[in-house]
Amino acid sequence: MSSDSDPLAVRDLTMGFGSYVLARELTFEVRRGEVFVIMGGSGSGKSTLLRHFLGLQEPLAGDIQYYGESFTTAAETDRTRMLRRCGTLFQSGALWSSMTLAENVAVPLEEFTDLRPREIREIVELKLALVGLRGFEDYYPSEISGGMQKRAGLARAMALDPDILFFDEPSAGLDPVSSTLLDRLILELRDSLGATIVVVTHELDSIFAIGTDSIFLDAESRTMIARGNPRELRDHAEHPTVRRFLNRGHDPEEEVA
Amino acid sequence: MPAAVSSTARASLVTRPDGATLVLEGDWHLGEEPAGSAEALAGLDAVPAGAVVVLDAQAVGGWDSALIAYLMQVVDRAQGRAVQVDRRALPAGIGKLLDLALAVPEKRDARRADVTPPFLERVGRTAQQLAGEIGGLIGFLGEVTLALGRFVTGRARFRRSDLGVALEQVGIDALGVVAIINFLVGLILAFVGAAQLEQFGAAIFVANLVGIAMVRDMAAIMTGIVMAGRSGAAFAASLGTMQSNQEIDALRTTGVSPIDYLVLPRIVALVLMMPLLTLFADAVGVLGGAFVATAMLDLSWTRYFQQTWEAVSLGHLLGGLFKGTVYGALIAVAGCWRGMLSGRTAAAVGLATTSAVVTSILLIIGAAGLFAVVFYVLGL
Repeated sequence: MSSDSDPLAVRDLTMGFGSYVLARELTFEVRRGEVFVIMGGSGSGKSTLLRHFLGLQEPLAGDIQYYGESFTTAAETDRTRMLRRCGTLFQSGALWSSMTLAENVAVPLEEFTDLRPREIREIVELKLALVGLRGFEDYYPSEISGGMQKRAGLARAMALDPDILFFDEPSAGLDPVSSTLLDRLILELRDSLGATIVVVTHELDSIFAIGTDSIFLDAESRTMIARGNPRELRDHAEHPTVRRFLNRGHDPEEEVA
Repeated sequence: MPAAVSSTARASLVTRPDGATLVLEGDWHLGEEPAGSAEALAGLDAVPAGAVVVLDAQAVGGWDSALIAYLMQVVDRAQGRAVQVDRRALPAGIGKLLDLALAVPEKRDARRADVTPPFLERVGRTAQQLAGEIGGLIGFLGEVTLALGRFVTGRARFRRSDLGVALEQVGIDALGVVAIINFLVGLILAFVGAAQLEQFGAAIFVANLVGIAMVRDMAAIMTGIVMAGRSGAAFAASLGTMQSNQEIDALRTTGVSPIDYLVLPRIVALVLMMPLLTLFADAVGVLGGAFVATAMLDLSWTRYFQQTWEAVSLGHLLGGLFKGTVYGALIAVAGCWRGMLSGRTAAAVGLATTSAVVTSILLIIGAAGLFAVVFYVLGL
């Protein structure tokens, strides 16, 4: 199944704090071009798993690999190099509040490329235009709405044309229209940039609209209890918890019986 | 306690050999004590285990949460003694609410056991926590030292404009409050000194007292305390807010060191500005003393400043500026450290700010005491 060229692979990962285990024995790989959804109820460790991918938290055991190369055992400089290929949209956008939108998007470019200021400015304007924020270059994050902050965060995540894009609860705090637009944007980015997308979410609309592969983390059994296309899991998952989750609390099999 | 409002609500327990019926009547509202409710509840203890208690609320008029809460007590009490409760006869609204409240059985281990651990355990835990904090501070100092090394060699990654903003905030913006505080301290020192020295006809020595006290110690300490409340708190609050907004996570994942980017400009700004602020405070403090001396002691301005000039040595001045610089470094490190350590909630940011101010003031006073001893031993 897995090959060395999988953008992201997780091997026997155990997450937790000290002696408290949040989830154990997570093993899966994210294949190129997928929109991979990490789903589960509150407290199941979805966002914590994302923090592990980004090196913001260390696993208790197991390994995370980017393109076949171990991230968990890598040195700091190698980690930075691997994360350069990733872009992250944090839950609240996490824009740097003391900088304008243009400055926010420019930081990764200034840090990692030798581009001249004029070229950087051009790329920044392009990225902001891609997320529909043309003309907002010199606004500060506090001057724009929550949905716009998220889109600006996405522009920053895409600054370096990443191979992998991580999204933490992209639709949290957005109205239905904005969240649908964001979903559509995610799909367009995957198709046009050829990026692999990893989304942490529990929004069913989003999951079915964009997900092509998924895992389900369960707080009760503290591990992943399903893997596959979310639309198929909705009707055919072995575990009743997964079916109930994907059917908004109803279990189609129970109702048939 | 106000007397219970008279109420039409009544509860009575009618016992039979095979069980009992709890009859509820009248209007049940919060804040009113229903007649017989306590007695009926106590009467449940007399019902034999395994028997059935029928709840009868047909005669209840108006009701609110008071009735449901009472029925919850009844059910809990009955179940504790293995007595069945028959809820079928309850009116629909009451029955539904009660079903809802009882739908999920109480999670046994969810209730917090409110036991205070023994004294020794608390001492031990506090000591462990303190040791962990000191370890964390040493680690933070190490990171800051490395970052300062990169700063000096020009390899640190931060935005020049951030340093500019920080310099303005901790420098120029602080001039007003530093001026007021130090002017008043000079004034107070002069008042205290004048009252005593005038008795010996040595009024002119007020200038020595104010000058040396301000320049050697007071200006640096007072400016330090003002800056701890002003800039130390601001550092902790802004870094704490960035922590809760995931801005610091975003920096880390972008491969940018938050120490270089956020902490370094703040520390450099305060360390550069503190000696300048202290120098300014020296001048304002002496001015405060001169104000009192000329007004109260009939000394001329020239005489006062001449006396100050003769009393204060360059050693005093440099010692004071050195102390001020050290206090600045302590405030900046404490503020940034507490801010970086902050949790993600609003309450955690508040706590980080409070402890930044407390930590910096303690450090300033501790350092001032240490300086007093060291300078005395060295004869400075």
